[in-house]
Parts: sequence; structure tokens; C-alpha cells
Amino acid sequence: MSPSSVPAAVNAYHLAPARQLPASDAGPAPKRIVIGYGFWIFLLSDVILFASLFAAYAVLSNATAGGPAGHDIFELRNVAIETACLLTSSFMCGMASLAVGVRNQKWTQITLWLTGVLGLCFLLLEFHEFSGLVARGYGPSHSAFLSSFYTLVGCHGMHVTAGLLWLGTMMAQFMAKGFRPDIRYRYLCFSLFWHALDIIWVAIFSLVYLVGVST
Amino acid sequence: MSAETVAVEPDPHVKDRAPGDEPETVGSISKGVRSYLLGLGLAVLLTAASFWTVLGHGIYRPGVPVAVLVLAIAQMGIHLIFFLHITTAPDNTNNVLALAFGTLIVSLVVFGTLWIMATMNHNMMPPSHLLQMHPP
Repeated sequence: MSPSSVPAAVNAYHLAPARQLPASDAGPAPKRIVIGYGFWIFLLSDVILFASLFAAYAVLSNATAGGPAGHDIFELRNVAIETACLLTSSFMCGMASLAVGVRNQKWTQITLWLTGVLGLCFLLLEFHEFSGLVARGYGPSHSAFLSSFYTLVGCHGMHVTAGLLWLGTMMAQFMAKGFRPDIRYRYLCFSLFWHALDIIWVAIFSLVYLVGVST
Repeated sequence: MSAETVAVEPDPHVKDRAPGDEPETVGSISKGVRSYLLGLGLAVLLTAASFWTVLGHGIYRPGVPVAVLVLAIAQMGIHLIFFLHITTAPDNTNNVLALAFGTLIVSLVVFGTLWIMATMNHNMMPPSHLLQMHPP
């Protein structure tokens, strides 16, 4: 088939991107794009909130007021297990995204349940660490270092808690309402939130725990 | 002539992507699983590497924090690409621009704070000198 025999309309579609409408004439984007983009903006603002907590921690991490420093109280074995929990939880959330993509109720529920259980394991480990420290007298009021530590890590833990509540809601909604578009938009936002929490945890276990132990 | 060409005018948003959108996995779930597995494997490798820099003794001690920082940034990149599906493709321009602006603000907040507070610490009079400053 010679190029000249291709219909003009097909030709225009495949070979001449300049014929597409300019962005200013394209009209509003589909709802899924708008929702995903809006939630992405929210996540970035949340990351900026965490950046200010990180900055406070970095400034105060030496202000131990005669109390313990990071290398005295951080247990890397605990941190490694927490990291493994949150990473596999994030992976399971990705598996759930694939299951939602093919509208498979059974695998959606299984993978979301695993996501939640692993997230809960993370939270319990963190609670165990915090309560152990407080029991030894190293609560948040002990030094500026500990105040900023509890604020930063606790803020991440609060996000994970909120994420778990959201996760339970999503499982119930998939069960009760099926794979309606609005439920899938909510799930898109949830998966973004959950993956973003894992990114913030990467910064916490690296810059708080690992650097804290090595200095 | 114009009627036919207008009819096939491509949807201008057909190439837009929301962050987190699965890249073309409709009908091939194994491809999606493989992509997530690759991301998981790379993240595990980088995590193990950063724990090793601290627990092992292969790295010059004062260089450990920088090594951990570099590994952390690499792992965040892995998460962004394989889990959040943020790419540099043209359909992702809006998402990447927002991410770039967020990164700019984050680095301004963190490095600005560290810089200002270090300068203030530097200019502060040591407590031993303060004690000697009684009025005549």
C-alpha cells in the first residue's frame, strides 16, 4: 500500500500531531485526571509539611540536654522489620491496584487485606518502640531531640493510622458498591497516599535512624 | 472534506495520565506484576545497601551519612517510578512539574533551615563569655 492510498483522515490522525487541538481549546480534562492531579498536589504539600519536621529534627538532633542521643536508643533490627512491613505493604497496594484494574473482587479484597495487615504490623512495632522508650523515661519532654523525634516519626505514624482507616473504608466500599468509577477514583487517591507514606518512611529510616546510629 | 477530518479529531486528553495510573496494563496483568516486582526488588536492594553502609564497615566512617542520603534519594526515585508511575513521558508533564516544584520547596525549607540555624549558632556568643559580661 503506497502512502498516497492512506485515507486523508487516518493520515491526519497518525502522522500530523500538529492537527491536535491546542491545550487552550481542549476543554476540561477527564475527571480521573483532575482528581489524580489534585490529590498529587495535596501529597506534595503533605511532603512539604514533613520537610519542615525533618528540618526541625535536623536542627535539634544534637540538643539532647544531657539525655540519650540517637545511637543510644535506636534499635536497627526493629527499624529493619518496620521497613520490610511498610515496603511489602506498599507492594501489596500495587497488587490491589492491578486487581482493581481488572475488576477482580476476590483479589482486590485479599491484596487490600494484606496491605492493611502489614501496615498494622508496622504501626504496632512503632508503638512498641515508643512505649519502650517512654517506659525508660525517654518521653517527648525529655529533650528537644526527643521532642522533634516523636513529632516527626509520630506524624508519619498518624498518617499510617489514617491510611488504615481509609483502607478499611475502601474495602467496604468495593464490597458494597462494586467497581463504580467514583469508588475507583477514591482508590486511586488511596494508593497514591499509601505509596507516598512509604517514600516518607524511606527518608525517616535513612536520615533519622541510620544516620542517627552512625553519628 | 472538513466533516470527515473533524470527525476523527483525536481526543486531546487521550494521552493524559493521572499520577498512579497503571501504564497500559489492560489485559496483561503479568506485565504489571513484573513491573511492581522489579520495583520491590530494587527497593529491597537499596534498603539493604543503606543498612549495610551503617552496620558493615566497608565505608569510610565520616562518609556514611552522605552514602545513606544518596541511597535514600535513589530509593525514593525507584518508588516514584515503579509504584507511583511518575515518568518523564509527555503525558506526565503536569505531574513532573508539580513534583519538581515540591522538591524545590522541600530543599529550600530543609537546607534554608540548616543554613540559617548553623549561622546563628556560629554567631552566638559562647556561654562562658556570657558569664563574664557583668555590668561595670
